[in-house]
Amino acid sequence: MRRFILIAVPYIWLLALFLVPFLIVFKIALSDTALARPPYLPQFDWATGLGAFLAELDFENFVFLTSDALYWKAYLSSLQIAVIATLITLLVGYPIAYAMTRAPEAWRPTLMMLIILPFWTSFLIRIYAWMGILSQEGFLNQFLLWTGVISAPLTILNTNVAVYIGIVYTYLPFMILPIYAALDRLDGSLIEAAEDLGCSRLSAFWLVTIPLSKNGIVAGSFLVFIPTLGEFVIPSLLGGSGTLMIGKVLWEEFFSNRDWPVAAAVAVVLLVILIVPIVLFQRNQQKQAEAEA
Amino acid sequence: MQTEVFAPWDDPDQKPLIRFKSVKKQFGDFTAIQDLSLDIFEKEFFALLGPSGCGKTTMMRMLAGFETPTSGSIELAGQDIGSVPPNKRSVNMMFQSYALFPHLSIWENIAFGLKRSKMPKGEIEARVEEMLRLTRLEKFKARKPHQISGGQRQRVALARSLAKAPKLLLLDEPLAALDKKLRQDTQFELMDIQEKTGTTFVIVTHDQEEAMTVASRVAVMDEGRLMQVSTPATIYEAPNSVYVADFIGEVNILSGHAKPAGDGLYAVTWADGQPPVIAASNTPYSDGQQVHLAIRPEKVAISEAKPDAENAVEGKVLDIAYLGNLSTYHIALAGGQIIKAQTANTQRISRRSFTWEDTVWLSWTPTAGVLLDQ
Amino acid sequence: MTRLSWFNVVSLTVGFAFLYIPILILVIYSFNESKLVTVWAGFSTKWYAELMQNEAFLNAAWVTVKVAVFSSTIATVLGTMAAYVLVRGGRFTGRTVFSGMVYAPLVMPEVITGLSLLLLFIGLNLDRGVLTIVLAHATFSMCYVSVVVSARLMTFDRALEEAALDLGASPFEAFRLVTLPIIAPSVIAGWLLAFSLSLDDLVIASFTSGPSATTLPIKIFSAVRLGVSPEINALSTIMIAIVTLGVITASLITKRNAVRQQRDQQLAERTS
Repeated sequence: MRRFILIAVPYIWLLALFLVPFLIVFKIALSDTALARPPYLPQFDWATGLGAFLAELDFENFVFLTSDALYWKAYLSSLQIAVIATLITLLVGYPIAYAMTRAPEAWRPTLMMLIILPFWTSFLIRIYAWMGILSQEGFLNQFLLWTGVISAPLTILNTNVAVYIGIVYTYLPFMILPIYAALDRLDGSLIEAAEDLGCSRLSAFWLVTIPLSKNGIVAGSFLVFIPTLGEFVIPSLLGGSGTLMIGKVLWEEFFSNRDWPVAAAVAVVLLVILIVPIVLFQRNQQKQAEAEA
Repeated sequence: MQTEVFAPWDDPDQKPLIRFKSVKKQFGDFTAIQDLSLDIFEKEFFALLGPSGCGKTTMMRMLAGFETPTSGSIELAGQDIGSVPPNKRSVNMMFQSYALFPHLSIWENIAFGLKRSKMPKGEIEARVEEMLRLTRLEKFKARKPHQISGGQRQRVALARSLAKAPKLLLLDEPLAALDKKLRQDTQFELMDIQEKTGTTFVIVTHDQEEAMTVASRVAVMDEGRLMQVSTPATIYEAPNSVYVADFIGEVNILSGHAKPAGDGLYAVTWADGQPPVIAASNTPYSDGQQVHLAIRPEKVAISEAKPDAENAVEGKVLDIAYLGNLSTYHIALAGGQIIKAQTANTQRISRRSFTWEDTVWLSWTPTAGVLLDQ
Repeated sequence: MTRLSWFNVVSLTVGFAFLYIPILILVIYSFNESKLVTVWAGFSTKWYAELMQNEAFLNAAWVTVKVAVFSSTIATVLGTMAAYVLVRGGRFTGRTVFSGMVYAPLVMPEVITGLSLLLLFIGLNLDRGVLTIVLAHATFSMCYVSVVVSARLMTFDRALEEAALDLGASPFEAFRLVTLPIIAPSVIAGWLLAFSLSLDDLVIASFTSGPSATTLPIKIFSAVRLGVSPEINALSTIMIAIVTLGVITASLITKRNAVRQQRDQQLAERTS
C-alpha cells in the first residue's frame, strides 16, 4: 500500500502537469484559430461527442508552417546558431577543462567551484551583464577605441555575434564539467605510455587524450546544443530583429499575435526536431554508464 | 569419563531449528537454488561453503527474509517463515560490508534493534553495555563508525546483530574484509562468542579454512545444490565426491576401473604401464566400474629406495613447492602423470633429502585414500 | 608533480576572465553615481537606496521568494519520491513512461513547458497567479531534484536498509531513520537547486503568471528590454552577492566535513 502511494503521487503529478499539458498542446496544434476565448476551435462538446470533435482536427497549422518562409527559416537558423555556438563553446571549453585537470590537486576544488558559481547566479543577470559590454558605447567598444584597434565603435549588440557570445558565456560550464570529468578519470600513465612508445606530446594528446575524452565532449556538446535550440532569452536580449530563433518566434506567435494553434504547432515541430539529439544524448550517457560499470 | 559429543544431527529425536523443505529459488531464468532440503540444529555453528555464485548467499538471504523461495518452505522452530517479513523475524544478520549506520554512534548502532522492539529504556542501556563488554568496545561507544578501525567495526556489526538475542544469527562473509592475521584471531573470538551466547550461527564463506576452523558442520555447495553436509573432519577425510575432495584442500585424483579384490579391497587399474593400486572402500563397487581414488598429498610417503608397501610407484621430482612448514613435491611418473606428495619440514632445508630430477618412490596404504564413483 | 605549461595558464586565465569580468563590471557600475551606466562618475550607493524605494521591485521579489520556497519544497518531496521509486521501486507497470516523464523536462525547451502548462491552466479555468507558478516550477524542478537524489541513492549501500529491516525496523522506519539521514545532503542540495531554478526562471513564469503575480525575473526582463539601468545593476549585485555567499559557505562546509572525516579515519587506523 505504501509502495503504491510512493509511486502514485509523483506519477499522477507528472501525468497531470507534464503529459496532459503536452497532449493539450498537440491537440491545439491541430485546431483552428478563432476569435474566441480561448482563441481556438473546436472546443470539446459533450453534446456532439468525440467523433464530431475529432473530425474538426486537422494538420492545417503544420501546412501553414511549411508555407510561410518565416518558420522554416527560423528552424534552420536556430539549428545553425545552435551548431556553431556548440562548436565555439567546445573550442573555448576544452582548453579550460584540460588546464583544470593539469592544475595542482589543491586548486582543483576551487577551480571547480569557480566554474559552477556562475551557474547558480541568475541566467538573466548574466545575459544582462553583456548588454552593457556589447552596446555602441559599451565597455568593449570603449576598450577597443582606447587601445586604437578600431577608430569607430562596432555594432555588436543586437547582432548574431552577440547571440553567440551570450550562448558561449551561459553554457560554458555545461561544456567544461563533463569534459573535466572525463579528463580527470584519464589515467596519466596512458600519456606516459604513449610518449614512451614514441609519440610527441602533441600526437599523444591527439591520439590518446582526445579519443578518451570523447564521451565528455559528446555529453557537453549535447548539453549545450539541446537547450540552445529552444533558447528565448539570449536572442531576445542580445539578438536583433535579424536574429531568427524558434523560441523567440513561438513566444511572439503566442504573446503578440495570440495565434495559439500556430504557436502550439511550432512547439510540436521543435520537439520533433529535438528528439534526435535527445535520443543520441541518452545513448551516449548509457554507453558511458555501462563502460563504468 | 566420557564427554558428550555435540552431534544433534545424529539424533533422530532432535527437532531442527531450521528446516529447508525442497526449497527452490529462481531469479528469472536463472535457478539459484534447486530443490534443496537441509536441517540445522540449535546451538550449531553451521557453515555454508562454496565458490561465488553457488547459491550460499541466496540461502542466507532467504533465512533473513530478503528473498522468498520460489517453491518449498523454510521453517524456523517448526513454523513456516516464508511470508514473515525480515523485520518480524527473530533472525539477525551480520552483513559482509557490516552495514553500520554511518550517522549513528557505536552505542546507537547497537541499540538500533532494541529500540525497534519497544524495550524499556533501562533495559536497552543494560543490554547495550553488555554487548559492548562482550565485544570489548566500551571505550569506543561514543564514536562514529568511520572513527574506528576495520577490526573494531567488525565487532560492532557482531554486537549489533547479537543485541536482540536472535534465535539465529546469520554471518555473511564476516571476516572477508580483515587481513589474514586479524582474521585468524577473530575466528576464535567468533567461536568463543557463539559458545558464550549459545546462539545458532550460520556463516557464509568461500574460505574453506575458515569454514573448517569455526564450524560444527559444513555444507559444501555448488550450482545451487548441496554437495555434502558433514563435520569438517568427515568432509576432509571422507568426501563423497571428487568435487568436494577437490574443493577442500589439495588432492590427487586417480581415475580408473575397479576390480574387487576381497576383504573390502579393490584393485584400480588407472594408467597404462602402472600396476593397479589397491584401495579399501566401504561402498561396494562392481567389476569394471569407473571409480576415482582421491588421496591427499600428505598421505603419500616419499622415499629413496623402493618401500615395502601395497602401493608404490616410481617417479622423478619435477617441482618442489616450499611452504616453510611443509614442502609439496610434484612427482612425474613414467607415463607423464603427476602425483603430489607432501612432507613436514622437520629438518633444515639444507638437509632436505630430495631435489629436482631425483628418482624417488611414492607409497601409500590401501586406507589412505577414498574411492569415489563421481 | 604537475607543472602548468604556459598554454594551460593562459587557458585558465582567459577562461576565468571571460566568466567573471562581465559580472565584475556589473557589480562595479552598480556603485556608479551617473545614470549613464557606461560612464564612471564616482562612487555612490544611491541606486541601492532607490531600489529599496521601488515598491514594484520589492513586491516582485517577495512573490519570487514565496514561489521559490513553496515550489522547491514540493519539488524536493516529489523529486525524492520519484528518485526512490526509480532507483528502488523495482518493476511496475508504466515504469518506462514514468522515468521518461521524470527526465524529459530536463531537456524540454522552457518555451514548450511554459506554453503547455499555460494551456492546461486555461483549460482548467485556473486563475493564473502564485499558485500556477508554484505548480509549474515544482513540476520542472522536481526532475532536477530527482536527478540529484537518485545519483546519491545509486551509490547508497543497500545493505544499510536491509540491516535496519533485519533489526526490526518497518520499511518506513528504515527510510526515516537510516536512508533519509544519510542522503540528506543530496536532498538539501536538490532543494537548493530547485530554489535557485525557481528564483531564476523567466520563461515558464511568464507563461504561467497572471497580472496579480509578477516575479522578479519578469520585472527585470521588462526593464532590461528598454536598456541598461543602474538600478538593475544594483539589484543584480545583491542577487549575485547572496548566491556567492551561499555557494562559498556550502563548499566550505563540505570541505571541512571531508577533512574532518579523513582525519578521523587516519586516527582510527592508527589507534586500533
